[in-house]
This record gives sequence, C-alpha cells and structure tokens, in this order.
Amino acid sequence: MTDFFGVPIQALLGQLMLGLVNGSFYAILSLGLAVIFGMLNIVNFAHGALYMVGAFFAWMLLNYAGIGYWASLVIAPLGVALIGVLIEKTMLQWLRQLDHLYGLLLTFGLALIMEGIFREFYGSSGNPYELPAVFKGVFDLGFMMLPKYRIWVIVMSIVVCFATWYLIEKTRLGAYLRAGTENPQLVQAFGINVPLMITLTYAFGVGLAGLAGVMAAPIYQVSPLMGSNIIIVVFAVVVIGGMGSILGSIVTGLALGLIEGLTKVYFAEASTTVVFVIMAIVLLLRPAGLFGREK
Amino acid sequence: MMQHKSLFYTLLLVALLAAPFIGYPVFLMKALCFAMFACAFNLLIGFTGLLSFGHAMFFGFAAYVCGHAAKVWGLTPELAILAGTVSAAGIGLVTGWLAVRRQGIYFAMVTLALAQMVYFICVQAPFTYAEDGIQSIPRGAFLGVLSLQDDRVMYYFVLAIAVGAFALIYRIVHSPFGQVLKSIRENEARALSLGYAVDRYKLVAFVLSGALAGLAGATKSLALGLATLTDVGWQMSGEVVLMTLLGGMGTILGPAVGATVIVAMQNYLADLGSMVTIIMGATFVVCVLVFRRGIVGEWIYRTTRRDEHSESHSA
Repeated sequence: MTDFFGVPIQALLGQLMLGLVNGSFYAILSLGLAVIFGMLNIVNFAHGALYMVGAFFAWMLLNYAGIGYWASLVIAPLGVALIGVLIEKTMLQWLRQLDHLYGLLLTFGLALIMEGIFREFYGSSGNPYELPAVFKGVFDLGFMMLPKYRIWVIVMSIVVCFATWYLIEKTRLGAYLRAGTENPQLVQAFGINVPLMITLTYAFGVGLAGLAGVMAAPIYQVSPLMGSNIIIVVFAVVVIGGMGSILGSIVTGLALGLIEGLTKVYFAEASTTVVFVIMAIVLLLRPAGLFGREK
Repeated sequence: MMQHKSLFYTLLLVALLAAPFIGYPVFLMKALCFAMFACAFNLLIGFTGLLSFGHAMFFGFAAYVCGHAAKVWGLTPELAILAGTVSAAGIGLVTGWLAVRRQGIYFAMVTLALAQMVYFICVQAPFTYAEDGIQSIPRGAFLGVLSLQDDRVMYYFVLAIAVGAFALIYRIVHSPFGQVLKSIRENEARALSLGYAVDRYKLVAFVLSGALAGLAGATKSLALGLATLTDVGWQMSGEVVLMTLLGGMGTILGPAVGATVIVAMQNYLADLGSMVTIIMGATFVVCVLVFRRGIVGEWIYRTTRRDEHSESHSA
C-alpha cells in the first residue's frame, strides 16, 4: 500500500474528504453570516442554532410526517427563513439605531432559547437521520472509496455558494442589496423598499443556515448541541476570511475544512484547535483578515 | 451625595458581614465569586467599551490552576489563588495582544474563538481530568495557620478578597487611567488623535480584567472545591455577559447585583434542567430589547432624573 508521510493514502484521502465536507458547512454558514452582516451590520449569533433547527425540521418531517429528504431540502430552509422573518420583524428591526453589539447579544439570547427548547424535548443526545436510498453506498475509484452522500454535500454546497455569489454580484436584486449596504438612505430615496430588503436578506441568510442543517442531518447526529459546536468555529472562519467578500468566505471555509482534515491525520490532538491557531496567525499578519478590508 | 455613597457602602458591608448568619454561606460565596467575575468583566465592556465573549477562559483556567496548586502542589489557599490569578493574567496578555488588533464585533468573535481554544486545551490537558474536573479541592489553611474548613470562616476569606477586588476596580475606574479608558469607550478615534496609545490602554484593561476574572475563578474553585469544564466553556462567557447586562453595564455595582440575581435564579431553578437555559436566553432578549440600562442603571437613571426635576422646580 502506498504511504504518504507515513499515513496510508486511503486514510489520508478519506480524512481530506471529510474535511471538505466540514468545510462545505463552514462555507455555507459563513456565507450566510457575511450576507447578513453586510446588510444588517449584525453578527448573527443565532446562526448555529438555526442550522440546528433546520436539521431538526428535516428530522421531524421524516419521523412525524413521513416527508423525505428531497422535500425537506426545500421545506425546512423555508421554515427557518420564516423564523428569520419573525425574528427580524419583531426584534432585530428595533435595534437598528443602536450599537451593533446589541444585535450580537440579542441573537445570542435567541440561540440559548432555541437550544434550550430542543434540549427540553429531545435531550442532549443525537438522533440519527436515515440516509435516502439513492445516497447509500460508495463509488469505488480503485484507490479510494467515495461515499456518495459526501460527494453530494460537497457538490451541492459549491453550487449553493456560487448561486449566492451570482445572485449578489451579478443580478439587479443583488445590485440593490449592495447599494443598500453602502447607503441605505439613498437607495430608499430611489424608491426601493429597504426595510423589506433587510428582512428578506436576514431570512435568506438564515435560510442558508437551515439548508446546511438539512444537508448535515444524515452525516452528523441531529442534536440540540450541533449548532453551538459549529458556530464558534465558523466565527473563527469569518475572522480569518473577513466578512467583506463573498468569495472569500467560500474559499476560507473550504480551505479550513481541508486543513482540519489534514491535522486530524497528522496531529490528531490539535484538530480541534487548529482553526483557532490559524486565526491567531492571521490576526498577527493580516489583522483585517485574508479577504477583508478595514472598515 | 458623597456622604450618601459612603453611608450606602458601609451599610452594604455590614449586611455582607451579617449575611452568613442569615443565609446559606456556600450560596453566598458563590454569589460573591460571580459578582467579582461580573465586575471584572464590566471593567472591559462598561468602562472601555470592549465586548469580550471569552471571559470564561480566565475564570475557568484560573480555577483549574488554583485547584491543581492547592490539591497537587499543596500550596496554601492564598498562594493557590495567586497562582490562578497570575495564570489568568498571562492568558490575558497573550489573547489581549491578539484581540486588540480588531474592533467591535470582530473583537467579540476573536475573544470567543480564543476562549474556545483554551477550552479545548483544557479538555485534553491531563491535569484537568477532562469530564470529571478537579474535585474535592482542599481549602487548606490561610497562611498555613487559619483553617478554612468551616463555611463561615471561608465566607469571610472570600468576602475579604471580593471587597479587595471591588476596591481595586473602583480605584481603577476613578483613576486618570480609568478616564482614558472611558474616553476610548466614548470615541476611540478622538482618544487616538489626542495622542493616547489606545491599543496599549486596551491591552492593560484587558489584562487587568482577565486577572480579576481569574481571581474570581480561583476563589470559586476553593470555595466550592470544584473546577470543571463548565467554568471554561462558552456558556460561562455568555453568563457573565448576561449578569452584567442585567445588572447594568458601566455601573459600579450593577454587575454584582446581576450576578446575585442570576446565581439565585440558577439555584432555585436547578431542577428545571434546560428550562434554565431558556429563561436565561429570554432574559437576554428582554434586556436587549427594553431594559438596556439594567437594574442599577435604571435605578440611577430614575433617581438622577428626579433630582434634576426637583432642582428645576426649586430654581
């Protein structure tokens, strides 16, 4: 068997694959955070919790209503987006004139509430979500096995990320959005309904988190704690990439997933901390983040 | 007004001295430790305008170091607490040096991420005993002479530390250094343009706040005989934010009041399990939406407004 620095190549590729899957989730989540931050100027601490809610929606649809993966892929993110509309309309919009820190604190409180509610009803342990039949099994490439579902997650997340990028950078709607980020008063004066745009942006951002949750459900156990475990890493990803650029957050997310996978192979003890160490190094060398600009 | 203030503090001290004969000393010690923790945190958010979302790293790590020093090295309590505090100051120096490079929301995310790193280090380091934590930490004897085994004796030991920490924070806030911190909170760009080395001031404030949070954590580990992963997790960082927000950010006594309320709430609602998390989350939401001044802040606002009102009447 071929080795690569003392590690069988199959094990290495397997871990890299897993890293890429994690990276896909980092990318979608940090993308959502960046979109929300751009328009609302708040860091959405509830992002992880809403990702968890998305996974739970998929799990509940399957187990209570018998609605399968494909329909969940649409229904669950819409449900999460609806929660987003509710949050924005009833709470976040009152904070617009205040220090941005209050948005962070409010969404932190919301994250605690959501996590608490699901823990109350489902306990802290994970619930398995059965993989749809299509995705069972692997592609045998001869030198390694590729689980079908992991390929799907990676491809899907790249498609979602680029669709979002296209929507924001290349369409008219995206142009309004970017203009609204720069100067909301002026855009409002041109007759565009900025408050509505803000609400929809928030709903879209958290909808992405919900989608990531549905995609994550068959891979990880669906548990109330899955959101808070991932969100802090995503924050580090956002600090590393900087929230200024859409492409930046996609690239950073995928790259950090890969690096995490590599670390798991060569230096397992550090795999939980490597992202934070990289964040520290980036702060030293490029305080604004790799793709960020000083604001 | 000045006389009112010293009278108030004297009465408060008398009440605290009498407290263990009325209340349950262990609960009171816990409340005092968290009050210290919140006041230390407030030094940063309330008086410098920096939101740290990672203060559990100081509190929890110092608790581990103090527990280890008392249990394994057999140090006397005051030295064990000193060891915890110094370790927290060290972490504060390194993390603060990194974190002050970013402002506002990024500062909060950076501190949260660094604290999570400290958490994972604590999960893996052998001396923390992972899930079990360091248990039955001996309180020892103060200066090797006075045994702290009795809860009331320990309470007065903790009270002395808390009063000392509070006096130090009061002194810092009312010093010229504290004035510079407040100017950074109000307008960082202007403070910079006036020639203050803003980043250095922020770093010193961060280290002081971290060391005092460490003092609180170390004292707590001796008082309760326990240092666990709960002390160093992100939930703890969130709790101290809530205590300060609820009591009143930027008020001297507010965080202590908020800490007491939250510790009492957790004590009485302990049986409710995850309901506590929901209630804390809801408290957060309510505070941010309609109660941003906090308990003490609101009280100050109302009393001073009434004063102004009556003055304008008499004028």
